[in-house]
Amino acid sequence: MLEIRNLHADIDGKPILKGVTLSVKPGEVAAIMGPNGSGKSTLSYVIAGKEEYEVTKGEVLLEGESLLEMEPDERAAKGLFLAFQYPLEIPGVATMTFLKAALNAQRKKRGEDEIAPADFIRSVNRAADKLGISREMLRRALNVGFSGGEKKRMEILQMALLEPRMCVLDETDSGLDIDALRIVAEGVNSLRAQNRAFLVITHYQRLLSHIVPDTVHVMADGRIVKSGGPELATELEARGYADFAAQPAA
Amino acid sequence: MTALTPIRTKAETALLAQFEELRAELPKAGAGNASRKAAMAAFAATGLPHRRIEAYHYTDLRSLLREPAPLAPSAAGKAGRSVEAGRFLGDLGAHEIILVNGQLMDGQDLASQLPKRVSIAKVTDTAPAILDANDPVVALNTALSRETVTVKIGKGVKLDRPLHISFVQDAGAPQAVYAHLKVVVGEGASVTLLETHEGPNGIATQSNTGVEIVAGDNASIEHVRVNAEGDKAFVLSSLGLSLGRETSALSLNLTLGAAISRHQIFARMLGEEAKLRLNGVAMLDGDRHADVTLVVDHAVPGGESRELFKTAVDQRANGVFQGKIIVRPHAQKTDGKMMSAALLLSEDASMNNKPELEIFADDVQCGHGATCGALDENLLFYLMARGIARRDAQALLIRSFLGEAIEELSNEALREALGELIDGWLMRRA
Ligand SMILES: Nc1ncnc2c1ncn2[C@@H]1O[C@H](COP(=O)(O)OP(=O)(O)OP(=O)(O)O)[C@@H](O)[C@H]1O
Ligand SMILES: [Mg+2]
Repeated sequence: MLEIRNLHADIDGKPILKGVTLSVKPGEVAAIMGPNGSGKSTLSYVIAGKEEYEVTKGEVLLEGESLLEMEPDERAAKGLFLAFQYPLEIPGVATMTFLKAALNAQRKKRGEDEIAPADFIRSVNRAADKLGISREMLRRALNVGFSGGEKKRMEILQMALLEPRMCVLDETDSGLDIDALRIVAEGVNSLRAQNRAFLVITHYQRLLSHIVPDTVHVMADGRIVKSGGPELATELEARGYADFAAQPAA
Repeated sequence: MTALTPIRTKAETALLAQFEELRAELPKAGAGNASRKAAMAAFAATGLPHRRIEAYHYTDLRSLLREPAPLAPSAAGKAGRSVEAGRFLGDLGAHEIILVNGQLMDGQDLASQLPKRVSIAKVTDTAPAILDANDPVVALNTALSRETVTVKIGKGVKLDRPLHISFVQDAGAPQAVYAHLKVVVGEGASVTLLETHEGPNGIATQSNTGVEIVAGDNASIEHVRVNAEGDKAFVLSSLGLSLGRETSALSLNLTLGAAISRHQIFARMLGEEAKLRLNGVAMLDGDRHADVTLVVDHAVPGGESRELFKTAVDQRANGVFQGKIIVRPHAQKTDGKMMSAALLLSEDASMNNKPELEIFADDVQCGHGATCGALDENLLFYLMARGIARRDAQALLIRSFLGEAIEELSNEALREALGELIDGWLMRRA
């Protein structure tokens, strides 16, 4: 589904990603863990196409198609979704207006018809109910005045609505209380499917006990330094990242 | 002692000559004649304002107005034409009054248009009621307007439909139009006033419009001015507002048209505890220049004023906002806040923001702010990451930025119509 090969990226001439290689298969849930500042969010931004990062080497393929030349909106239309670590507040843009614009923009790019207004409202309401998002929140401007946890739930609502095939979740668990964590995890689990894959960035085993990953990767200093099964997350929880701190370049 | 003969520009000489021509046409006697003469004398003393005159610093009329267009001929006696006046806003269910080339259009069935205790008249005396007679643009307006159209809204009248005054430039060639409108809103009356200005594209029309709104105590007013003049138009306009005791007024200026425009607002808070909101939306592109210069004058205690001006500047256009809040010595407990925000949508777009306060009372709460910048790349990325194309993401952000200034309008149909003007501009941009 997602194929990252020897990816190098700079910001303002400073190398952040230093050769990331990672592959996620259809149906797979892959987790990335790693110390603060190791480049996890940077990786997610580069996959999604944020402009300020300069890719100096390597490639990113989504179902065999190279993403790096595409604008962020084209990548989204191809089925890529990034749940932001820090979702942005957009004053003056009504949540429903935004959701509809996003959904229809993707459909249009794929040559599909616009969604019927009634269908749209029904799907939003259904997703919102599952995630404990009130109608009142849907009436507000996008993320404006939402609590940290509410913003994260709104990200998952968008994911549910847009039905992407490759979902990248950047610390979706941070800022969630115990109940919200369970709700969000259920939201993600219900989207797990044969033709959909997840890349879940997290610091905590706690999330991974709800969303059980198939693979776990450790990122340190801009590289994947270790990969394994779910047991790796438990190990990290117990021992921390000390083992990887002084890892020499691969 | 010899009289000082000022050196006149070609344009000033032409304006003086136009005044003489107009005088030959209009009655020589009466108050109208006296007001015009005094106004032209005031103009002759100052001439066209230039960049060293602070209020005209960014719109130097001496260099911009090189050739005054000939005065539009009198429209009096011409039968009502079927102008599509004000139609660009759709059907707002408004009472409509049409002025063609600055004069009340003949053949309008005003009796059936106007609600009870709302009256309209034209008078020959063009002297300003509240605008500053010494301002050169106001002086020219007084000297060169053929008539003043006055609208009176009776005490306690509550209009549930807007009163739409539509100013139309009917021009086949460059011409200058001077128009003067005075609206007197009676005590406790409540009204939505819409003022639209339209003209043909491709013709270098000129206009100088003075609008004065005198609001009685406890009146409640929403006033919207839409500049939808042609793309070659040169538009000068002055708005005078005076607010009585506990009067509340919202006045919104929306600039969409004209090559060069300068809109000045003089708001006087004359009654205690009056509340004023001045908002603005400007959508500028091409090589357009649009200036809003305003003064809010708090003369009595307890007044509240809020200004919110939003400007989107694209391509090589230039926006100007100059705002001043004056708080006179007795005007204690004044609460005044002014904000001008501009979005620069291209490298060559520019904006001059100059808010200021002149405070002579000690117990007041006043503040101002100005921002100017490009669209936030992080917000754009967030929207694009959800599949929205760059241009559409920009449009969403610009729409919300500008939309804030129209949100408070209580007339929903009007608010939506203005929203559609913004959407239309964004669509043409895309
Ligand atoms: N816009 C930026 N300008 C400068 N440096 C940046 C920028 N974005 C990221 N960095 C740097 O890149 C490195 C990686 O940051 P990144 O946010 O990818 O880390 P992370 O692994 O997501 O950390 P965390 O676990 O704290 O979220 C950090 O040293 C950070 O300071
Ligand atoms: Mg991060």
